Amino acid sequence: MDIYLLQALPQNLVFGILVGALYGLAALGLSLVFGVTKFLNVAHGELLMIGGYASFWIFSLWGIGPFLSLPLNILILSLIGLVLYKLIFVRMVKLDVENKIKNTMLVGFGLSLILQNLAIYFWTADDRGITTFYSAEAWTFLGVRFPLVRLASFAIAFICLIALNIYLRKTYTGRAIRATVEDWEAASLMGIDVHKVYQFSFVVGAALAGIAGALVSITFSVNPFMGMHWTLKALVVMVLGGLGSFTGTFVGGILLGATESVTSLLIGGNYREIVGLILFLLVLIFRPQGLLGTKQR
Amino acid sequence: MRILRIFFIAVLVILLAGLPFITGRDNLINLVILIFLYVILASSWNILGGFTGQTSLGHAAYFGLGSLITRLLWTGGFPLFASLLAGSVVAVLFALLIGVPAFRLKGVYFAIGTLALAQILNITVGNVFPAISSLPIDMLATYQLLPRYFLFFAIAILTILSTYLLVNSKWGLGIMAVREEEDAAESLGVSALRHKLLALTLSAFFTGLAGGAFAYYHVSYYYQFPFLPVWSFDALTMVYIGGQGTIIGPIIGAIFFVFLREYLALNLGEYHLIVFGVLFILVVLFLPGGIVEAWEKLQKAFSRRSMMKKSKMQSDHIEPTS
Repeated sequence: MDIYLLQALPQNLVFGILVGALYGLAALGLSLVFGVTKFLNVAHGELLMIGGYASFWIFSLWGIGPFLSLPLNILILSLIGLVLYKLIFVRMVKLDVENKIKNTMLVGFGLSLILQNLAIYFWTADDRGITTFYSAEAWTFLGVRFPLVRLASFAIAFICLIALNIYLRKTYTGRAIRATVEDWEAASLMGIDVHKVYQFSFVVGAALAGIAGALVSITFSVNPFMGMHWTLKALVVMVLGGLGSFTGTFVGGILLGATESVTSLLIGGNYREIVGLILFLLVLIFRPQGLLGTKQR
Repeated sequence: MRILRIFFIAVLVILLAGLPFITGRDNLINLVILIFLYVILASSWNILGGFTGQTSLGHAAYFGLGSLITRLLWTGGFPLFASLLAGSVVAVLFALLIGVPAFRLKGVYFAIGTLALAQILNITVGNVFPAISSLPIDMLATYQLLPRYFLFFAIAILTILSTYLLVNSKWGLGIMAVREEEDAAESLGVSALRHKLLALTLSAFFTGLAGGAFAYYHVSYYYQFPFLPVWSFDALTMVYIGGQGTIIGPIIGAIFFVFLREYLALNLGEYHLIVFGVLFILVVLFLPGGIVEAWEKLQKAFSRRSMMKKSKMQSDHIEPTS
């Protein structure tokens, strides 16, 4: 261990954790949708991409920063989510679980192809980034830089997690969602409109992708091909954290981000993606219910 | 009927084998090579996805590994067939790396795992081998299309034949039983894990072979190119369009796919992928059995109508006498 490494390690760890929160947020939406509806929407990353573009265009047309435009972003993505649900996904509600997973995955694959190419068509294949007056601001603590934008993104992602957890525990709709996850037939017999629950969860999932996209647009950049990358991170994080535990998902995201960042420092950036695969395999072999997940019956 | 079918297949094989000697047009040969490649990809995906019911989103990984290993060994001086074999074996090993832990669990783990494997290899190969791979001068000087054509042709026949033999064997029945109802199959003593792994091995092997043939065929390409996720997507699109879980389905799907794509790409350019996405979603939603099922439905409807007509004619015939 030379001195350079000792200095760089905490910085990499911090950056990794801050990025990991975005992985966690991306996975949160996917995990919510999958947990409730058993739809494996592999176009989740493309929704995130659209969220990123929404922030970008709102900023470049009207000069409103991504943090301020979050409500508008959420609205846009909710609408897109609603349209996609009504147009496509509602047709797969009645399938049995196995076919549901399979067909939504296949449809999601087709959807991602469409959205990606539409994005190229409308917005070209260029990388787009957002630079605001506060983009370069950073706090320094014990020699470690904390960029303001990433810190705020971490905070927003964390707030989303807390809000989702509280919502699912305390409100009527939240309880209805949890009841549907437990046993949709029993929930339906208790007077819960399961279709509404599915639709609502899907829309919230899309909105969460929108928030994640907005945060990605300001910490990194957006381009039409980013979807697959984020879908993959979200999927891996979902398995890492455990299906059905949102806190686990968030922790999984941070773990993946931190591990990637530290390994790219230690063994070089070329192999950083391998870490995700190894983590995934280890969890699959030794703890298939995920880090914080409960054992499936 | 059976004899007719065998006769038809024999004629087709002879025609395809004779094609390069009939025509001197390289573009036609290249088109048929493309069809062979896609037939192999679709048929081998179908062994796992169609007959065994395990959706893989990661066949690009096996295709890419097959091509990468074959290319490196072959251009490094190893004999072609040894290189091809090595490429396929590596592809199988990587498939098992995901398959063994993922198949122990039910649900989404295999699909997510294969997607993860494929994407991670895609990015890593792009990082580690960022350059274009071009054939060395001496290999370029002796480049001929004919051996490439027959290599692809042979692998296509091998893939289809293996699928046929597998499906009509005891193992094939086991595989389909696992697809239909895993618990029931297990209760009858069919090991789901073993059957899934067999299907995965075969599927990855032939996809790896196709990758190797791709490496032998192309003069220059980016090492990353065969790892792109579009190869996985193309394979499952063809199988779904043609008809999953049938032998003829992926072949029809591949031919349809290649012609439609060439046509659309000519007319729509880059944006033909949007049409493909829409088409694919429509097939998954409304025609889960693909062209094969549509054809059978059409046939059934037709034969029912003609049967109804016949019985009506008979009743017409009877009426005056009664």
